[in-house]
Amino acid sequence: MTNIIEVRDLVKYFPIKRGVIFQRQVGAVKAVDGVSFDVKQGETLGIVGETGCGKSTTARLLCRLMDPTSGSIMFDGREVGAQKGDALKALHRDMQMVFQDPYSSLNPRKSVGSIISDPFVIHGLYTGQGERKRRVQDLMDRVGLNPEHYNRYPHEFSGGQRQRIGIARALALQPKVLVLDEPVSALDVSIQAGVINLLEDLKNDFGLSYLFIAHDLSVVRHISDRIAVMYLGRIIEIADRDELFDRPAHPYTQALLSAIPLPDPRRERARQRIIISGDVPSPANPPSGCRFRTRCQKFANVLTDSERELCLTVDPALEDRGAGHLNACHYAEATSVL
Amino acid sequence: MTTETETAPRTTNGSGQPLLSVEDLRVAFHTDDGVVHAVDGISYSLEAGKTLGIVGESGSGKTVSSLTMLGLTRSKRSKIQGRIMFQGEDMVALEDNRLRRVRGNDVSMIFQDPLSALHPFYKVGTQLIEAMQAHRSISKSAARNRAAELLELVGIPDPKRRVDQYPHEFSGGMRQRAMIAMALANEPKLLIADEPTTALDVTVQAQILSLLQDLQQRLGTAIIIITHDLGVVAEIADDICVMYAGRIVERGSAEEIFHSPQHPYTWGLLSSIPRLDNPRDEELVPISGRPPSLINRPSGCHFHPRCPYVRDAHKRVDPQLSPVDGSTEHVVACLLESSVRSRIWDGIQSGRDAESLQRMAAASAEPDYSNVAIPVDQESEGSALSPGEEGVVESEAPGERHGAAPPQTLDEVNRRFQEERNPPSGGDGPGPGGG
Repeated sequence: MTNIIEVRDLVKYFPIKRGVIFQRQVGAVKAVDGVSFDVKQGETLGIVGETGCGKSTTARLLCRLMDPTSGSIMFDGREVGAQKGDALKALHRDMQMVFQDPYSSLNPRKSVGSIISDPFVIHGLYTGQGERKRRVQDLMDRVGLNPEHYNRYPHEFSGGQRQRIGIARALALQPKVLVLDEPVSALDVSIQAGVINLLEDLKNDFGLSYLFIAHDLSVVRHISDRIAVMYLGRIIEIADRDELFDRPAHPYTQALLSAIPLPDPRRERARQRIIISGDVPSPANPPSGCRFRTRCQKFANVLTDSERELCLTVDPALEDRGAGHLNACHYAEATSVL
Repeated sequence: MTTETETAPRTTNGSGQPLLSVEDLRVAFHTDDGVVHAVDGISYSLEAGKTLGIVGESGSGKTVSSLTMLGLTRSKRSKIQGRIMFQGEDMVALEDNRLRRVRGNDVSMIFQDPLSALHPFYKVGTQLIEAMQAHRSISKSAARNRAAELLELVGIPDPKRRVDQYPHEFSGGMRQRAMIAMALANEPKLLIADEPTTALDVTVQAQILSLLQDLQQRLGTAIIIITHDLGVVAEIADDICVMYAGRIVERGSAEEIFHSPQHPYTWGLLSSIPRLDNPRDEELVPISGRPPSLINRPSGCHFHPRCPYVRDAHKRVDPQLSPVDGSTEHVVACLLESSVRSRIWDGIQSGRDAESLQRMAAASAEPDYSNVAIPVDQESEGSALSPGEEGVVESEAPGERHGAAPPQTLDEVNRRFQEERNPPSGGDGPGPGGG
């Protein structure tokens, strides 16, 4: 399978400035700090991690909603960062985004028909009025909305339906890749399932590739082929989903998996959990050496002082450390935690 | 009012009165669109040191029921009926100034969004001190020390410095901890946690849940946890109430709810979530449709428009909570026969397809309504009936209406039936009304 997206050493720093008139830079929030991954044609790559780990920034960089500080993103043989004007517009046609909050991502003053047909207007497609309406109604039908609701406004729809509107809008230009930034987190559980099933159907029908960002690991496991775990602007482990869930090697992945409560009281209460303490350190000033060491169970409880030395000084690279997949821990050890 | 025999909250095993018992609580709001029946006759009880989980979708009345406990839904436009007995006092009837002494002292609440629940202009310490000084005479310096202790108790590092910080200087997890510290300031006997972890990451969620469990063990606090995350209730709740459209549709121990759920809505919730402990390519089954409007609620069983196993009679008969076979504590409000229900649940678990499950429900004999009254909705009568079922209803219904059923059931059903037929006009039943 060919790679449709190739990301290499992607970096995004947001400057921190001081001073009122003469602003000088006093530091930088290292939101994304050297991320590399591929998305293959037709696959779903899941990205998980806590708030502030750089998931959403990565998504925005990928769609070029902001410019990276450095690094390269190749999309379908084109360098995303180098595109301008019409070429960039053409690129956006192939790569669309679905946002987290279905309430704020739809213009309340526009009817659903006009929201979904906006991409056609921007790209000058299907210029006949009747033709556009027909296309939009097809799309609405495809995502499970009633095409007769063409003239309704977003407030007349429920959260799940609004998310379907967002998906229809993203599909309008027949993109090759959909970047989904927490598409189901704002929805009720019973509604979530419908949207997830829809996304899976659409992927099969249109041969799409997904970059699926979420903090809910059970959802990511359900929909993804491969999963990348991010922590403080880095990918710390990336593997096929079965591999990742059965044999996680990085202590952070293990803690993340073990933190998810299972909806089964017997198993849940019998389970030994790894609870990591504290919060994510500030991305403006990440810890030296391994970024996770300040919260790492292994660092705190298992390692000897001489072993800790390595964690304190050397930043572990993302590589295969004998676990059969890439991870970034000096003392990686595949263990089942579920 | 409700069938006391069936829905009476379970009492404690020997130790006398439960800490909290909610009896047939109803909360209705008069709005311009009509009367919103947010909570519609719920009953449960909770013992000291135990945890009750309330689950359900948005708009099922979870939050309103607990706000009512603190008197936070009192207003000119709301109508509250029923009883909330807490330590021998009825919180519904309690005067405002008495209630104010209980609220934040004996009962306190953790809200969903800590950023909007904490005041941005005041230091976290000041807000904690206020909570203490509102209820006990304590000097400011003593309260300040205690505030720092509380922050330490909930696991905030460097509490002496944190006391003087503003909420925006705290991370999401720390704000939620500060909220918990505030709720615990006066060592309440009952802690209501409304979606305490929804806004948080899983790692922080795990920290907060284990903190709650730890505090419960140390202080013996009873906890009501309101959530839509079934994983969370599976982890910490002893008992679970499943709410739908303002009613409890199933109530039982965590074990019972997760391992032998009885209500199709509970099945729906359980099969619509992707689970880490199930085969991964299992298809998710969403619950079709959307939650009903609480102004014009569906007739009969409120869940019938979304229920895959609906029979015609379910559209007219309002099910009451009744005990599940072989259990005294597990109650469910479903009209399907219990043998059919257990067959369907077994089928769901063994991965049978939806169609064969529906056939299972349809192939069963028309359910036995001996324990429920059947009001006949005259507007829909005949329209939605197939000839076979019409006979059943007609032969049963008139008898029921003239007192063949247990009287308390009949009264209740008739009253509700009246309400349902002319809902927006308000003014039903006794009470101070909405004006």
